Amino acid sequence: MATTTTALPKAPASNASPQPAERRRPRLAPSWFLVSPSVVLLLLWMLVPLAMTLYFSLVRYNLLYPGEKDFVGLENFHYFLTDAGFIPGMTNTLILVGSVLLISVVLGVLISALLEAADFAGRGIVRVLLISPFFIMPTVSALVWKNLIYHPVSGILAAVWKFFGAQPVDWLAQHPLASIVIIVSWQWLPFAILILMTAMQSLDQEQKEAARLDGAGPIAIFWHLTLPHLARPIAVVVMIETIFLLSVFAEIFTTTSGGPGYASTNLAYLIYNQALLQFDVGMASAGGLIAVVIANIAAIILVRMLGKNLTEKY
Amino acid sequence: MLTLKQSRRLNTLVVGLFAWAVALLLFFPIFWMLLTSLKTEIDAFATPPQFIFTPTLENYLHIQDRSGYFKYAWNSVTISFGATALGMLIAIPAAYSMAFYETKRTKGTLLWMLSTKMLPPVGVLVPIYLLAKQFGLLDSRAVLIIIYTLINLPILVWMIYTYFKDIPRDILEAARMDGATLLPEMLRVLLPISKGGLASTMLLSLILCWNEAFWSLNLTSSNAAPLTALIASYSSPEGLFWAKLSAVSTLACAPILIFGWISQKQLVRGLSFGAVK
Repeated sequence: MATTTTALPKAPASNASPQPAERRRPRLAPSWFLVSPSVVLLLLWMLVPLAMTLYFSLVRYNLLYPGEKDFVGLENFHYFLTDAGFIPGMTNTLILVGSVLLISVVLGVLISALLEAADFAGRGIVRVLLISPFFIMPTVSALVWKNLIYHPVSGILAAVWKFFGAQPVDWLAQHPLASIVIIVSWQWLPFAILILMTAMQSLDQEQKEAARLDGAGPIAIFWHLTLPHLARPIAVVVMIETIFLLSVFAEIFTTTSGGPGYASTNLAYLIYNQALLQFDVGMASAGGLIAVVIANIAAIILVRMLGKNLTEKY
Repeated sequence: MLTLKQSRRLNTLVVGLFAWAVALLLFFPIFWMLLTSLKTEIDAFATPPQFIFTPTLENYLHIQDRSGYFKYAWNSVTISFGATALGMLIAIPAAYSMAFYETKRTKGTLLWMLSTKMLPPVGVLVPIYLLAKQFGLLDSRAVLIIIYTLINLPILVWMIYTYFKDIPRDILEAARMDGATLLPEMLRVLLPISKGGLASTMLLSLILCWNEAFWSLNLTSSNAAPLTALIASYSSPEGLFWAKLSAVSTLACAPILIFGWISQKQLVRGLSFGAVK
């Protein structure tokens, strides 16, 4: 890490006191007009829709009654927060994000440690097999699990249950949220493995060897050497996964449609339901803003934790 | 008593067996999808599930007339490549200037770009849907290209930025001494050095666009629907053709799976915003 920082002279220093050569050629300091397209586009992408969401959240606006756009203050927020789906949607979102994070980080650390523990036959193939689910598109993984694995009659799990003499379970009907947690974990555990595996390979082998010669057992090495080294990649995994897990949608859309009842509805699905199925623009916008606030709370916590971590390297 | 060498070998064997078991378990749904795609519909739905059967390519041979596969595949290709090309065009200059002409605001700008990824898509679903409707862009490939470009832009800028940061500055200084100006400098000096990094950035962008399933499900219905949407249409009760679903899914995932296998090392950098290499 330190080597990359020292190899690259810090740019701000040269900017603060421009070299004579640079002063003669000011066209070589092009920063603003090269960065601005990205910044302007992202700014528009954030501000325009957000401003519209804010406006819609304050009016009574249903696509079924297009003429009506009365200002109603915070009524939409009131309706959204007291909607029968809000509390389950909120809890399900937290359960989904929390359990998938827990599963992928804990199992991710263990599995990547397992891969680094010994140089066994076919390690390359094992690596490829392990990360593969991450590249499967969400609608495919949802439907493969729903039909080929969870199906109460012809699914694999039904066959396994019958083999052990148990009554097959209709997973998505009886345990909808847990089933979705498993599908989503199946997609994101490989991501954690991919990141953590790469991070572990950069762990100093000499240091590990030295610890071993000093008589440290494998568990002590894992606890005192490997885990601290993984703090930053784990933080990265948590941050990236949180971003995506807060908005899990396709997996619910294609398997349970949020049901039965609200049993597997998360905030993203609830808002989609208000907007595109019930055409209630006002209420969906209020919900959208609440989702933005929640994501921002998560973001502030995470960026505080990790933001320094990400940039200090350069 | 085992000798040290023997116990090491035993250790390797146990670790290996365990790792293989975990890997096969995690890979099983993909393997099973592939297997099901080679069955007849009757075999696919059989109880108990069939591991031994007469394989058939029928599902693949009739994929076009049964689901219009190629229209959706073509949509996926044009949308992914369009958004990737557009994204690279906007991201390369930004990453270039931030990597080589760092100012006081550079770090803040980079973090701010990252923070736009925190904006949940549902927060802007309604206005984007209404805007698309207003401009007649619902169910068009253009709207998905624009949205995918914007949602992936922060990742592209970050990833290219980390690659550019790794280029020794002396090389650019030398080019400048030789009188290179901005555009030639980028084209003749920078791009050849960083083509590996740029290629992996494009690959990551393609993977993300190909698999995106929130906007494609919400903004397209038939004309511009990519593969993610085609597959979602199999979730309706009348679409319970498992063998066909598996064949379509296998075809839809195969290219991305292969891309992912090839570039796993480089993807880590992009997916972790340069924090893990």
